[in-house]
Amino acid sequence: MTFVNWLKRRFVAIAGLLTLAYLLLPNVVVTVFSFNHPKGRFNYTWQEFSTEAWQDPCGVSGLCASLSLSLQLALWATLGATLLGTMIAFALVRYRFRARPAVNSLIFLPMAMPEVVMAASLLTLFLNMGARLGFWTILIAHIMFCLSFVVVAVKARVMSMDPRLEQAAQDLYAGPFQTFVRVTLPIAAPGIAAGALLAFALSFDDFIITNFNAGSTVTFPMFVWGSAQRGTPVQINVVGTAMFVVAVLLVLVSMAVGNRRNRRKA
Amino acid sequence: MATVTQAPPVAPAPETKPPRKPRGRGRWTPYWLLLPGLLWLLVFFALPVIYQASTSVQTGSLEEGYEVTWHFAAYWDALSEYWPQFVRSVLYAASATVLCLLLGYPLAYLIAFRAGRWRNLIMVLVIAPFFTSFLIRTLAWKTILADGGPVVDALNTLHVLDVTAWLGWTAGDRVLATPLAVVCGLTYNFLPFMILPLYTSLERIDPRLHEAANDLYARPSTTFRRVTFPLSMPGVVSGTLLTFIPASGDYINSDLLGSTDTRMVGNVIQSQFLRILDYPTAAALSFILMAAILAVVTLYIRKSGTEDLV
Repeated sequence: MTFVNWLKRRFVAIAGLLTLAYLLLPNVVVTVFSFNHPKGRFNYTWQEFSTEAWQDPCGVSGLCASLSLSLQLALWATLGATLLGTMIAFALVRYRFRARPAVNSLIFLPMAMPEVVMAASLLTLFLNMGARLGFWTILIAHIMFCLSFVVVAVKARVMSMDPRLEQAAQDLYAGPFQTFVRVTLPIAAPGIAAGALLAFALSFDDFIITNFNAGSTVTFPMFVWGSAQRGTPVQINVVGTAMFVVAVLLVLVSMAVGNRRNRRKA
Repeated sequence: MATVTQAPPVAPAPETKPPRKPRGRGRWTPYWLLLPGLLWLLVFFALPVIYQASTSVQTGSLEEGYEVTWHFAAYWDALSEYWPQFVRSVLYAASATVLCLLLGYPLAYLIAFRAGRWRNLIMVLVIAPFFTSFLIRTLAWKTILADGGPVVDALNTLHVLDVTAWLGWTAGDRVLATPLAVVCGLTYNFLPFMILPLYTSLERIDPRLHEAANDLYARPSTTFRRVTFPLSMPGVVSGTLLTFIPASGDYINSDLLGSTDTRMVGNVIQSQFLRILDYPTAAALSFILMAAILAVVTLYIRKSGTEDLV
């Protein structure tokens, strides 16, 4: 009975931690299998420990090329989507105009649509226009679907901004441009940064829309997809593990810096 | 998806101040700001959807070219031939959504109310999987659920697989290439999209409400049922939408973890578009999927009374 009571009291913690384990289990498997030395073409069963793949991460033809292509795409897509999205967010929060509801739904719709539908319809357009599929069609598609997410992230930040700060700047004889650069932009920066990060992650990891609109161009997710059919090299796990470690370290460092800054302020 | 502190995309903060209405010279400013982005969305999002609708009523072939003939045959063909895939998509996506809610709620609750100083760490761990390509992580499930692997062996010994096989979720002593594997993959892939909105709405609840319920002799379960859960509804609504919508159009989990018997609508659209090149049927399928999703979303938002969500 005491055990049952204990279980009852700890139910939330146990269930929550089990979910966390479910979420992290594949990452553990990816990391462990990056040290595998598979016998066949597929890296699905454990054979023996080896650091071969870590010593030669670019050893598989096409892998590092696809990785650098994905990075370039993600950078340009982030730049484009952040610029366009921030402009839209400012227009939506700061001005009231007749087309506002229509604009709002045009922003919302891409987020409320299965990716495969957007991918298929964009491909239809490109085919009808006779466009050559490749880098540019992927970039166009990525900017399109990242845009809405940037708008939402920036909008949330700009909305919670105190308008009196800008009025104060103007009272202190700052021109509109100066007010924007010295006051508005720094306050909106965390929202813009969050939107940009989101856009980068979405673009870098996108598969479905890229799969439809890439033609024969191979991004990193496309490379992984192709290798799932032909044979998975261990190097994929190496890249996956390295990405994970780098990102977690970045987050931890930024959290530590943020904590220290807060403490200094207090 | 690497943002830790940001609210989930579908639930923006309520508007606090009414935007001012500018006069004179500044009247056109919002339109100039909107122009490039909106043009992008109109040309590369709205126009393609319309274009696709027109493709679905075209007839012809790849060699002779297509012509709009207002034949709705493509829709009839699509529905009569692929209705099992449609039904499967809805079933799998709905199961995954329910599972995400059941699994995600305790974790979101834990982070919001019980985690204390561990809160940030657990939050990072929830987001962390996103840092590795989701395709690599989905492939890892092939290892976890491999035939004769520890997970399948354990399920076999506990006779769980007998029950799931009787229900039709698995076949024999395999988990891979069965509906269970696909739903498991879908649940895994979209779980963070459920946890984050749940967490943001739970975190906003004033802890004094719990104390008040306690003072009024409510048992913990009653407090949850009458106070916590109703207040977390916005999170439940946006979480279920963020899970159900992408899951219903997904074809990756079915392709990597399933078999030809688990094909979903996304698989059909993908193969029609990229391999079979039957554009009218593919366009019709994708249009039906879009219409169905929009109908579900509108109805759901109306029903749950969270229209300010959009």
